[in-house]
This record gives sequence, C-alpha cells and structure tokens, in this order.
Amino acid sequence: MISIQGLKKSFGSQEVLKNVDLEIEQGKVVVIIGPSGSGKSTLLRCLNVLETPNGGVLSIDGQKLDFNSSVSKKAIGAFRRLTGMVFQSYNLFPHLTTTGNVTEGLTTVKGLSHKEAVKKAELLLDKVGLADHKDKHPFQLSGGQQQRVAIARALAMDPKVMLFDEPTSALDPELVGEVLRVMKDLAHEGMTMAVVTHEMRFAKEVADEVIFIDDGVIVERGAPAELFNHPKQERTKKFLSLLQV
Amino acid sequence: MYLNTIALSPERIQRFQEIASTSIGPLIEGAIKYTIPLAIIAFSIGLIIAIFTALARISSNKLLRAIARVYVSIIRGTPLLVQLFIIFYGLPTIGITIDPFPSAIIGFSLNVGAYASEIIRAAILSIPKGQWEAAYSIGMNYSQALRKIVLPQAARVSVPPLSNSFIGLVKDTSLAATILVAETFRRAQEIASMNYEFLFVYIMAALVYWVICFILSIIQGRIEIRLDRVVGKSGGLS
Repeated sequence: MISIQGLKKSFGSQEVLKNVDLEIEQGKVVVIIGPSGSGKSTLLRCLNVLETPNGGVLSIDGQKLDFNSSVSKKAIGAFRRLTGMVFQSYNLFPHLTTTGNVTEGLTTVKGLSHKEAVKKAELLLDKVGLADHKDKHPFQLSGGQQQRVAIARALAMDPKVMLFDEPTSALDPELVGEVLRVMKDLAHEGMTMAVVTHEMRFAKEVADEVIFIDDGVIVERGAPAELFNHPKQERTKKFLSLLQV
Repeated sequence: MYLNTIALSPERIQRFQEIASTSIGPLIEGAIKYTIPLAIIAFSIGLIIAIFTALARISSNKLLRAIARVYVSIIRGTPLLVQLFIIFYGLPTIGITIDPFPSAIIGFSLNVGAYASEIIRAAILSIPKGQWEAAYSIGMNYSQALRKIVLPQAARVSVPPLSNSFIGLVKDTSLAATILVAETFRRAQEIASMNYEFLFVYIMAALVYWVICFILSIIQGRIEIRLDRVVGKSGGLS
C-alpha cells in the first residue's frame, strides 16, 4: 500500500530524514516512535507532501511521486487525496460547524452536492460518536471531541491511508481514550494507518509493527511485543527505558 | 461696528438659522450624491485591489511581490492630494482627460487599495499555518484553501482595521473638492463664499461628516458581532 524509497528531507543544512526506506502493507497499522526531533513527524508529513522531500520515491496505492526529479503541483494534489491526516492540534476550521468541517472537502474538492455531503457527514459523525454535536462550532467541543471531528473530516475524503501525527499529545489524559477508541475501530475495519504517538499501550494493542526512528534513520522495526520486550539496538533500549514501558 | 459683526447678536443668530435651513439641503445632497457613493465605490474597488495586492505580496513569485511592493510604497509614500492632482490636472497634459468623479474614484481606489492591502496581508498571515495544512490535507488547492478556509477567518480579523480605513476614506473624500467634485465640502465652500459665514458653514459640513462616520461605526459593531457568529468565537452559544 505504502512504499517509501530513499526518502530524504533537510531543513536548511539540517538533515531530518536520511534515506528512509519503508513498506507498509494494506490494512496494517504501523506505529512510529522516536525522540523529539528524530524525524518521525516529518516522515508522516512527507507522506502527504505537507513537507516536500528533497529526494526519494513515494508510492501509495500504485500512485508514484518521484522527488528525485521535479514534481508538479497537480501530481502533489492528486497524491494528497490518497491520504487523510490527523494533526496534533486538530486544526479544525473554527468558522465552520462540526458538520461543515466534514462537508467542506466533500463539496469543495469532491464536488458533492450539499445534501449528499451532509448525509455522508452525519454517518461519519455518528461513527465517531458525535451525532449529537453536529451543529456546534469547534470552540464548543472538548479536545477529544474536536480530534474525533478531525478524524471524521479526514475519513470523509475516502483516503486509502490514514496518517496520525501525535493525535492525542495535546489532549487531557481523560480524553485520550475516546480518540484511541475511534482509532482502534478504524484499525479493526482494515484501514491502513501510520501513527506517530507516545501511547505505548495503543502501540502494543493495535500496531502490527512498531518503527523506532532516531536521528533521521529507522533504527529498528518489529512486532510490538518483540520491539518493546526485546529491543536489539542500544538506541532503542535507551529510548524505551526513558519511556518506562 | 467691527465688533458688532463678530458678536452673536440676535440678528446674526437669525441669519444663522436662515443659512442653516437653506444650506443643509445642498450639503446633504452633496453627501448623498457624491461623498457616500465615492466612498463606497472607491472602497469596494480598493478592497479588490487590496486582496490581489496582499496575495501578490505573500506569493512565491518574485516579480509579483516586487510589483505589489512598489505600488504600496508609491501610494503610501506620496500625499493623496498630489495623487488626485496628477490624475485630474496632470494626465490631461498627455492627452488623458478624465472627469472629476471618475478621477476621484481612481485616485481613492488606488489609495485605499494600498493601505488595505497591508491590513489584509497581516490578517492572512495571522491565520495559523495549521489551517492551510488542514485544508491541503483534505485535498484542497491553494485557491480553495484561501477562499474557503483562510479568507473567511481573515475577514473577521480585518474588520476593525478596515472599518478605520473606510471611515478615513469618507473623510478623505473631502479632498475631491479640489478636483471639482461637487461633494459635501465643495458645497460648503460654495455656500460660504457667498455668505462669508465660513465658521458656521464649515461646522455644518463637519457635522455632516461626523453623522456619516457615527452611523458607520455603529454598522461596524454590527458586522463584528455577526462575523463573530460566523467565525464561531462567541455568538454561537447565544
């Protein structure tokens, strides 16, 4: 489903991703962990080209983007539609209602009629447990509710892959569970997911594979039980010991 | 004798009443036919210029950025009165003759466009980067993200400073008197040159401007409340 080959990204003189290769199979959930500044968020943001890689080839669902040559804006736009992104700070549109947040992409990008879009939004809001809040504005919702709207907004575009960039890091602890529950449901439905998170319990329960990134390279990868209990690399051991999992 | 003409004798007050009743009509007519339309039309055109100038200034295209920069710099760096004179008295010498009212529209639109572009630029830049990213992440392109997500939010931020620009423009339209537009202040000059009651007539003209601006500030308050509701800052709960 996802294939990353030789992905490179620098900010100025700082190399954030150094030749990253990664394959993610259809329906798998991959959790990406690593210290701050390791490049894990950048990896995710390269996958939907919010950051433009300096080199490498990305491929999702058979569509390829080769950053070793120049890439057109149109190709980036089409590629982006393959992925749905959930941000740490939700980034809901404050001037729109809950329903409006979900329908905006459907009407503007997919060209659905307002009626069709609202119908689809209602289904998705029901799915994330927010059917009762469809006419509220983001500021009237808790962080957990906002993040669930953000998930519904991303799902509305029928992405092949869902990308989660620290989706629960900005939440109060008691609100983390409701977001993780929605993500678990998604995983069980067979959605292909790449999740940057510090929620080790989620990783253990849901992930098919855990990837440890440090200093712009994939240091170690493996099934969660193996990577958490028997890390092979020193750097992984050190990082996990700091997390006290 | 001299003192007597300055003093507010009963005869003088009587005269004021006569002048007031005969001149208020022309003053208000000047406001309705020229001052207000001039301000509204110039501001509307100016806003369109401002949006494009603001977008040019934040675009990645160097040429567009440079053109916008030069335009804003020239307009902000030269007096409005001089700009009006160049258009109305200057251009005819190279064969371009424009009537007073259109000249004023051109001058004021270009002027307010430059100032408002800075307001709109700041408002667009004040919208968090995450809003653009969220818009892109659901497949929007630049213009969709701008129109559907960023500008509606930037509009709320820019209403108070833009209202100031508009109120400033209403008052600046009095400069159109110098290029023969028969607006409020020019009417006042004409009336005062006939009856020599400069103080009284100019105060009346000032009152006309003040009433217009007072009404505008009330409208501004209403728009802000309404936009708050749209943007969802407070009104949504009520």
